[in-house]
Order: sequence, then C-alpha cells, then structure tokens
Amino acid sequence: MATTDVALPEASRQRERKRVVNNLSIQVATVNGSGSQSSNTVLLRSIFQMGVPVSGKNLFPSNIAGLPTWYTIRANKDGYIARKKEIDFLVAMNAETAQEDVMALSAGAAVLFDEPLNLGGLRPDLTFYSVPFDKLVAAVCPEAKLRKLVKNMVYVGVVAKLLEIDPAEVENAIRKQFASKAKAANLNLAAAKAGYDYAAASLTKQDPYCIQRMDKTKGKIIIDGNSAAALGSMFAGVTVVTWYPITPSSSLVESLIDYMKQYRITPDGKATFAIVQAEDELAAIGMVLGAGWAGARAMTATAGPGISLMAEFAGLSYYAEVPGVIWNIQRVGPSTGLPTRTSQGDLLSTAFLSHGDTKHILLIPSSVGECFTMAQDAFNLAEHFQTLVFMMSDLDLGMNNWMSDPFEYPTTPIERGKILSKEDLERMGGFERYKDVDGDGIGYRTLPGTDHPAAAYFARGSGHNEKSQYSERPDDYERNLERINKKFETARSFVPRPEVISTAKTEIGIIAYGTSHWGIVEARDQLRNEYGIETDYLRIRAYPFTREVHAFIEQHERIYVVEQNRDAQMLSLLKLDIKPELTSRLRSIAHVHGLPLDARSVTDELTSMEGR
Amino acid sequence: MSTAGTSTLQPKTNRIGLTVLDYRGGKTTLCAGCGHNAISERIIDAMFEMGIPPERVIKPSGIGCSSKSPAYFMRRSHSFNAVHGRMPSVTTGAVLANHKLMALGVSGDGDTASIGIGQFVHLMRRNLPVIYIIEDNGVYGLTKGQFSATADLGSKLKTGVINELPPIDTCAMAIELGATFVGRSFSGDKKQLHSMLKAAIAHRGTVMLDVVSPCVTFNDHEGSTKSYKYMKDHEEPLQDISFIPAFEEINVEYDSGTTVQVTMHDGSRLQLHKIEEDYDPTDRIRAITRLHEAREENVVLTGVFYVNPKAPTFIDVLNLTDEPLTTLPESMVRPGRDVLARAMAELQ
Repeated sequence: MATTDVALPEASRQRERKRVVNNLSIQVATVNGSGSQSSNTVLLRSIFQMGVPVSGKNLFPSNIAGLPTWYTIRANKDGYIARKKEIDFLVAMNAETAQEDVMALSAGAAVLFDEPLNLGGLRPDLTFYSVPFDKLVAAVCPEAKLRKLVKNMVYVGVVAKLLEIDPAEVENAIRKQFASKAKAANLNLAAAKAGYDYAAASLTKQDPYCIQRMDKTKGKIIIDGNSAAALGSMFAGVTVVTWYPITPSSSLVESLIDYMKQYRITPDGKATFAIVQAEDELAAIGMVLGAGWAGARAMTATAGPGISLMAEFAGLSYYAEVPGVIWNIQRVGPSTGLPTRTSQGDLLSTAFLSHGDTKHILLIPSSVGECFTMAQDAFNLAEHFQTLVFMMSDLDLGMNNWMSDPFEYPTTPIERGKILSKEDLERMGGFERYKDVDGDGIGYRTLPGTDHPAAAYFARGSGHNEKSQYSERPDDYERNLERINKKFETARSFVPRPEVISTAKTEIGIIAYGTSHWGIVEARDQLRNEYGIETDYLRIRAYPFTREVHAFIEQHERIYVVEQNRDAQMLSLLKLDIKPELTSRLRSIAHVHGLPLDARSVTDELTSMEGR
Repeated sequence: MSTAGTSTLQPKTNRIGLTVLDYRGGKTTLCAGCGHNAISERIIDAMFEMGIPPERVIKPSGIGCSSKSPAYFMRRSHSFNAVHGRMPSVTTGAVLANHKLMALGVSGDGDTASIGIGQFVHLMRRNLPVIYIIEDNGVYGLTKGQFSATADLGSKLKTGVINELPPIDTCAMAIELGATFVGRSFSGDKKQLHSMLKAAIAHRGTVMLDVVSPCVTFNDHEGSTKSYKYMKDHEEPLQDISFIPAFEEINVEYDSGTTVQVTMHDGSRLQLHKIEEDYDPTDRIRAITRLHEAREENVVLTGVFYVNPKAPTFIDVLNLTDEPLTTLPESMVRPGRDVLARAMAELQ
C-alpha cells in the first residue's frame, strides 16, 4: 500500500514547505444519489467550526442517481465566498469524470482519489493520494447496501487529516448532521474515523494546504437562501402558500412547510396557514391572486418556466391591483439541459411579465440575510402598492449553503396597506376603488366579507373606471393606466435602496446585483491590489431604480454592469430608465455558463476592457 | 319588524330583513332571451330566500358571456372577473384566505371544459366549499359561436358545421373526481333550478351544477342540442326536487318509498321525489352509470345526480383556524422572538 503512486517531484516538495493556511478550494466529484451531500455538508461545517470563513456550492445534474455531481467548498481567511475558478484540492470519487477533472487542475493542486481509479500517473505536476475506500468502508459498515452511502464519509476523514482539521469538529458536524438518527451518526463517525486513521497511518502530507483555527465564524449561522426565504416569509406573516414543484424553488416551500408546521400551529392544534401544492403554476398564481384579493398574505415560489406560465395572471394582478409575492429562484432557461445551474436570466421577462403595459416591482437579494429581510419588505410592498412583488433570487443563493450573521427579529409591524373597514365605510358612506385620493396612485380597497352594503366592488382586469365599473371609454382607460404608473413611480422611494461604495476618486463604477455581488467584492480587491485600479460600486437591490442609481451613473464615466445572463439584461433595464446621453457610459460584463460568477473572470474582463 | 296594517305596502323581506332588491345586480348586457339571465334570476331568488347576507358572498368568474353574468346579480357581493378558465384557482385562494365567505363561482362550458379543464378537475378533487355553476350552451358566445367541448356529437352550428367529437360530461367527471353535490339543470326549468340552488347553498363542500343555458344568438336553431326546443323535447328529470331550509321549522311528510330525503350539513332537508324508481343519489357508481345510460338513450338527464353531505372539505383537510386567515392578528401570524432565536441556534 504505497502512499502515492508516483515519485514526488521536487517542485512539490518545495511547495509543501510553504504552507497555504486557510485559503483553498476543495472540489468533491461524486455520482449523484450516493449520499455525498451529507458528507460535503459535514466537511463544510467542520471547517466552519474551525472558525474559518467558508462557502459551499453544489453543482448537480438534473437527475436522481448516477450522473456526475461536484461540490466545491471554499475556505478563505479573508472572507471571500464567491466561487473560486481554480481548484486546489480534488476529491475524485467518480470514475466517469476523474480523468477530465484531474486534467483541468492547475499545477500544484492535490488529488485524493479512490484507489481503483488509478489516477496517480496522470500528471507529474500534481500531488496524488490514493485511498482504498471500498476496503475501508467494508471494515466499518457490515451492511453492504449502506456502503455506497457511508463510503463518502470516509473521504471526510481523510481530508480532515490531510488538511489538519480537528477531528473533534468532524465529530460535532456529524452529530449535527444526523441529530435525530443516532445509528446513522455512529456509522458515519466510524467511517470518518476509518478515513482519518488510514490517512494518519498510510499517507504522507505533501500538499501545502491546511486549515488552522480562526475566530471568524463565531456566532454565525449556515443556511441556504431558500430556507432563509422561508423563514423570512413566515415572519412576514404569510398565510396562503401555493406551489408547483420546480427546481430550484421546491426546497423553499418544503422548508417553509417544515417551519410552519413547527411554529405556526395554534395551541389547540389549528393551522394559521394554508399550503397547497397546485396542479400547475397557472393555478399556483391564480390561488395567490384569489387569496391576495380576499386579504391574505399570499405567495408562491417558482423558476423561469413557471414564471412564463404565470404571465397571464401577472397581468391581471397588475390591472386588477391584487397583492402577492412571487419568488423566482432563477436558473438556466428551459427544462432540459441545465435546469440545475444558476442564472440571472429572468430579469427582463419578469420585470415586464404579461401582456399590455405592465411592469413589476422586483427585489433582488444578494445574501441569505436579505432573503430573510426582503421577504418582509416584499409582503409590505405588495400590500402597500396592491400589486405583485417578485423576489429575484437564484439557484446559487437559494440552494447553496451560505454563512451569515444570525437574522434579526423584524423591527416594523406588518403593513396591510390601504384597506377600508366596515367602520371606515360607515364614516365615509362609500368609496371608489380605483380613485387616487392621496396623490400616490394607490386606491383604497375593501376585502370580501366586509359587512357593509357599499363594501363590494367588481375586480376585473379589463377596462374600468374609478368606481370599478366596466368601461371601454378611452379616457377612463388612459387615466387608469397613468395612475397605475404613478404607483410605480411612488415605489421608487419605497423599495430597498442600493448598497453604494463611492470614493468619488475614480471614474470607474461597477454595478451588479444578486449573487454576482460576491464575485465583485473579491474582484474589486484584485483590481486594486494587482492592477492599482480603484473602482466604485453600486449593488442594485430593487426595480424600479431609486435615485441613488441615477446619481451613481451620473458620477462615473465608465460603468461596468456585471451580470449572469447573455443579453445584459440589467444594463438594458437601466438604459430604459436613465438619460439617453448617459447610456454610452454603460458597459456589459455578462457571464452565462451556469456556474456562479467568480472574481477572476470579472477582473480579467474589466482590465481588458480598460486596456490593461 | 313586521307590523300589521302596512304589510301590503312593504316589500317582502327575508329572515335577515333584506328585500329581493338587495340581491339584484346591474342591468344585463347579455342578449335578450339568453339562458344566463334566467340563471342570474334564480340565483337572486335562491340567495334571497335562503337569507344569505350578500356581503358574505363572493362571485368569482372566468372569461366569456357566462363569466360576465356576476355583474348582473348581487351587487352587494364582491366579484372577481379573472382570466379564461382560471375561476377555480382564484376561488380556491379566496376561500382559503377566508373560509367564512360563500363562493359562487360562475363559468361557462368553454371556460370549464376546454381552457380550464385542468383547474376544474383539481377543484373537484379538493372538495373545497364552493358552488360551481357552468352556464352551458355548447358554444363560445363571446367569440361568435365556435363549438365548445360540451357540444354533443353530431350537433350543428348555424353555419352548418357538424360537431364530430364526443362531448365532455362535466357532471360525470365531477362525481368521478370527488365533488360532493353534483347536478344538472336547465335555465328554462325554473322550479328545479330554484330548488337545486337552495340546496347548493346549504351544502358544505364542492357543488357542481351544469346548467344548460341556450345561446339564443349562436346555438338555438334546428340541429342544436343545446336549444330551448331541444331541451323541451329531451329533458328527462330524475326527480321532483323540494328543499326545506333548516330555519323553516316545518315538517313535511314524505313517503320513503317514493322519496329520498337527504339531510344537509346545516340541517336543511333535500327531498327528491323519485320519478325514476330505485335511483339512490348517494351512490356514486350508480350516478356515473346512469349518466352514461342517458347519453345512450339520447336524453338530457337533469336533477341531483349525487350528494354526500358528510365528506370532509379542503378546509377540514388543511385544519384551518376557525378565524379566517385574512383577519388573524399579527400575534398569530408572526412567531415571537424566542422562535427566531431557536431557529438561529439550530443553524449555528
């Protein structure tokens, strides 16, 4: 049992002496359906518990079992959590991709592989560690049918030893992962220990990477964006939830179901919510509209194809002025091919979703913390403006694990907007549903069931006058359309404002949004440290754009709009909103490969466009 | 309330003190003689006689002539004219939001049996408390007379086009899928429709009424199977229907040999005086078989085909609070600080 299959090149020995502490990316290549998700989460948590900032990204196929899947863990002492392009440490468990994975590595990387894959001789510029996983797992797992699942926990032990992760933290992470299943926890602990002991006895550390304790994760939580969105929606007081399963949004509602069953049942066992798995996305949004019209806080969660199906109802909501919240967990386009890869490709189609003149309020979270807070903003805005609000998350944010400060309890009460009660109607004698009484474009509404003879109105999408009576008069239609637009203009000063970092010392601005943010944070440091390029930065958090967005564009000569789609969708949306003479300032850096945006790609492209 | 002497001048009031005028709507813009107008009248009468507060009622609808009709009855009730074929989902959302509302959804045969068939079948499965009325004329009226999916095989359009596809029997489907009160009537059969609507109002669960409602403009000619004449010649009622509301404490004697009495959820009694021997409206399988037989016999069977007043509704299944979700106070829909702290601790 040799520790490695090849003689160690001199260069590798040199690197080993220069230790790389708390700065690496690990990629685990497995077959999907093999239980690697648990192992990867344990590895991620072990590093997190060592106090080292960490992020995990799952690259998985649209398949249940048997296709390749990769999980990337990045540990970084400086807190960079964007995807890193280069892989430093590969765990090769999948025969199908192993060779290609190894060939894609940069020189100096380390490879831990399943012995039968026999990868050791592939490249002289890498470090290889061979591990007889099947033999190790057979010794600790008598039940043959469980071995496939437990095998992956063995590599956690091996990696822990090689990277000097405290085995006590691995044990803590396993206990947490299998909190309710003592038998599974013990079996996995034995597997991790077998890996750890094997590495201790039979492998000689030759790569430079290691994890050392820090204190940068103290008090932090790890959560995926969809769970954060679920929590945010629960604390926003959602009562009617409808859905149709679609990746990557399903886990949002599944997580919400768990939370609601735990925390939203009355002492006498009744549900303060209705969650309905609808027959399709048409019904899901239809139920949201019915519930919103009747006065519930209603939401649904979906992805691009579902958004397309919801288009007709979105228009009805816009014209009939019905509140609701739609989570769009964006992914790559149509349903076959890359539905399990991330994208920011639904921006334009969602902003203008439906027929006729429509435009919708979009909120764009970048972090799990914002999934939580913006969920509350979304419901308040939807009821305030009596319209749909779209939450533009994406697969990277929604389905991956992110580190975060713990969420803070909501500081503002639930805002129900302009709803007239029976008492209001008694005082007023009546009301006109679509009249702009306050000059903000927002009319007053009544809820069905309000016990007053003048409470009822006729909700419809077609032409209506201020009294909500059917009308085909051109002046009625035009006035109504202008008023609805006024709501949108009013919304500019209500939606979440952008995050702006402006030094006023540079002509270069960067605009990004959503998960692209994390690549920008790192790219700005690279640009400064490697090229001496200072950049200002604005992160858009909502549409319609607030005045800060316009000011930022006016203050900078060259603005790079970075996004994860082909057609520069945010740049296009900005062009529609800014002065025509400013549009030439906008330059596009658009990425559309289905992988989360990495900093290096942005740095390379921006420097090239700057002529550097 | 009622003082002797002036009663002849006072309009008749119902048990909550409203007159029939309080149940009226806007002036109809449908064609003179349209069956839908007769249905609107029957709804007004039934709601009035049952003493339902109009403010408690919602009138969601889809798109089409039928779906315009909620504007023509019960102006004191909220309406939602939605999108084509999607009345069921809007109704579902509204009823979940506030299960104290009485939903009377109006749809047409095109709205239900073609574009909205998906939502129709899934609404039936859930047994949501809702009255679903199909104003069924076999054609798309608002787009000028194309066949719908309830048009009978061999029926003829005004233009001479013959329908070559079999119809969808919405009643058979509704029974098959789980609706708990299913019947068919005819807009011209005032007495039957009136009684059925009153029983529908008393029912707790999904009521599906397919009401044949001739389109005088596009489908009332020789060769049509949804014309007034065709219905007069081919309607075959299963029962004579009487309805005794729970609030009328009268005892009506009946002969159990000739009459089936069904006690509704609220204590009302639906009496079905058999025209056909041995028809049991609580037997689902028999109901579906009978509908198939009627098709073979080339008759339009009307009456209450199936009723089950005891099945759990979707509100029961979801175990909702008695207080409607819409009016739950913030303290019941936003968990406390301790809950967030616990959730955060689990994620550390």
